[in-house]
Amino acid sequence: MSEKAYNGQWVKIHNIILEPSQRAPAVPEDTKKCPLEMLLNGFLDQDEASIGEQVDIKTVIGRTVKGRLTEIEPKYDHSFGKPILELLTIGPKVRAFIEKGDSNER
Amino acid sequence: MKDNSYASVMARKNEIMKKAVGIDYSKYEIEGIAFDYEKMMDEVGYSLEEVTKIQSETSVGNTPLVKLKQINRLVKIISPKGKGAQIFLKDEGANPSGSFKDRRAAVSVYEAQKRGYKGVIAATSGNYGAAVASQAAKRGLKCIIVQETFDSRGKGQPEIVEKARACEAYGAEVIQLSVGPELFYYFLLLLEETSYFNASLYTPFGIAGVETLGSELNQQMIEKTGKSPDYVVVTNAGGGNLTGTTRGLQKTGAFDTKIIAASVDLSGLHMASDTDFNRKSFTTGHTGFGIPFATFPDRSDVPRNAARALRYMDRYLIVTQGETFYVTELLAQLEGMQRGPAGNTSLCAAISLARELDENKTIVVQETEYTGAGKCPSAQLTFARENGVVVRTGDPTENNPGSEIVLPESPEQLHYTEMTMKKIKTSYIKQAIKKYGKKEFSETELAFMAKDLKLTKEVVQNIITTIK
Repeated sequence: MSEKAYNGQWVKIHNIILEPSQRAPAVPEDTKKCPLEMLLNGFLDQDEASIGEQVDIKTVIGRTVKGRLTEIEPKYDHSFGKPILELLTIGPKVRAFIEKGDSNER
Repeated sequence: MKDNSYASVMARKNEIMKKAVGIDYSKYEIEGIAFDYEKMMDEVGYSLEEVTKIQSETSVGNTPLVKLKQINRLVKIISPKGKGAQIFLKDEGANPSGSFKDRRAAVSVYEAQKRGYKGVIAATSGNYGAAVASQAAKRGLKCIIVQETFDSRGKGQPEIVEKARACEAYGAEVIQLSVGPELFYYFLLLLEETSYFNASLYTPFGIAGVETLGSELNQQMIEKTGKSPDYVVVTNAGGGNLTGTTRGLQKTGAFDTKIIAASVDLSGLHMASDTDFNRKSFTTGHTGFGIPFATFPDRSDVPRNAARALRYMDRYLIVTQGETFYVTELLAQLEGMQRGPAGNTSLCAAISLARELDENKTIVVQETEYTGAGKCPSAQLTFARENGVVVRTGDPTENNPGSEIVLPESPEQLHYTEMTMKKIKTSYIKQAIKKYGKKEFSETELAFMAKDLKLTKEVVQNIITTIK
């Protein structure tokens, strides 16, 4: 059973803008194999819909856009990343370097 | 009904742009490659005083100039006796949306409002999106930002995802596209549909907006040190930052200041490649934009680009990804300023440059940007590893874009590679020959190229004859 979105809910839609065959001539080979795709968030502008269905959304500025429903209440998934040992050691090492350098100057 | 195929929309480009930026570029055309740049800047742009007024209406500019005391101490330690120039940093991250791009957006959005447009659109994956969205919010205009965000696996570059979040936070609609230059096609369709203003980065408005950055830093340096800076280092991508800053410096009398461009080396990575997209680890300030835009500025989204970096550039220094991440960490750890990373490209070049200069010389690094989730080094390096890029400590000359990011072990390893002016100016001329399909240029065209390249007509002609 697929998840349902309801009128006014914040959703993400997907569209193919250009199929691989329609892509610009100068595009590199690897890119040319893929369609040009689009993602857009907005409020669902119909009673209800399931993931994968063609739907209407109203964007935050009031534009109505059609597309395939791909996500309900999409969230940002970017983060600060994992601790990177190579970064964590920079501060202590450079502070020690400055202390040593200062004492050499004296 | 309109034909919205790729070819038809691209064919309507000039007509769409004329409506969307309100500039009749044909007025400035002279012949072939030549157009009247200064006339365009004078007629369409705004004076320094006007820009200052426009920007003060939305609290843009007047950012602090910070002397980097700890980094300067470090530079002295790693420099020969008597060397080690003083570095100052213009903290542009203090602008409303967190970067110098607010200066550009302020003027474009002002223009859009003045001319009665209901909204603004910008095609940008960078800080400029947040800047336009923020300025549009302040002036009550609607805003759409179109970004190149994700690859064919649906993986978004974290820095660009963060900028989408920022744009949405300011109330903009954010359209995210997969990799490819046809973003421009979709952008044109949106301009036609909405009749909004194209807040392009490359109009005279966008460049006039940056001029205050140059004039402010010049005045601040005069106040702090009694004279204009000896060097200003500018992170270079599309060329607007360098063009506007230098024009602002010159408008306030700093004709002797040397202008140093800096970019992160992304050689070997193709900017329109789906597979390379998420292996770049930098979304701007890199050679993938810097070199193409310097050598053929009129590749932008408007018929004539107001950003013409080679008119103003004295040197072009290239640094590595690993070194820029390292310097980003230095700025946080030694100066207590978490910024960047892209804006720190110029700081990276400035540290290496400072070591070669006399200790009484001054260098201004003219920009910082806000940082946070997606943007900070740990976010980018985690993402790099997830995409198969090796991250390690070692000799930064072993850094290899797209496959290995090498963070220096010691500050003494920081260096730059010089892209010679001769090489880049020759590339410009090669591009001109290719784009205009000829080797015979009129006197007017030669004079224009000479201006665009800070060379004499004779030197331009000599370079042309050496190109096969």
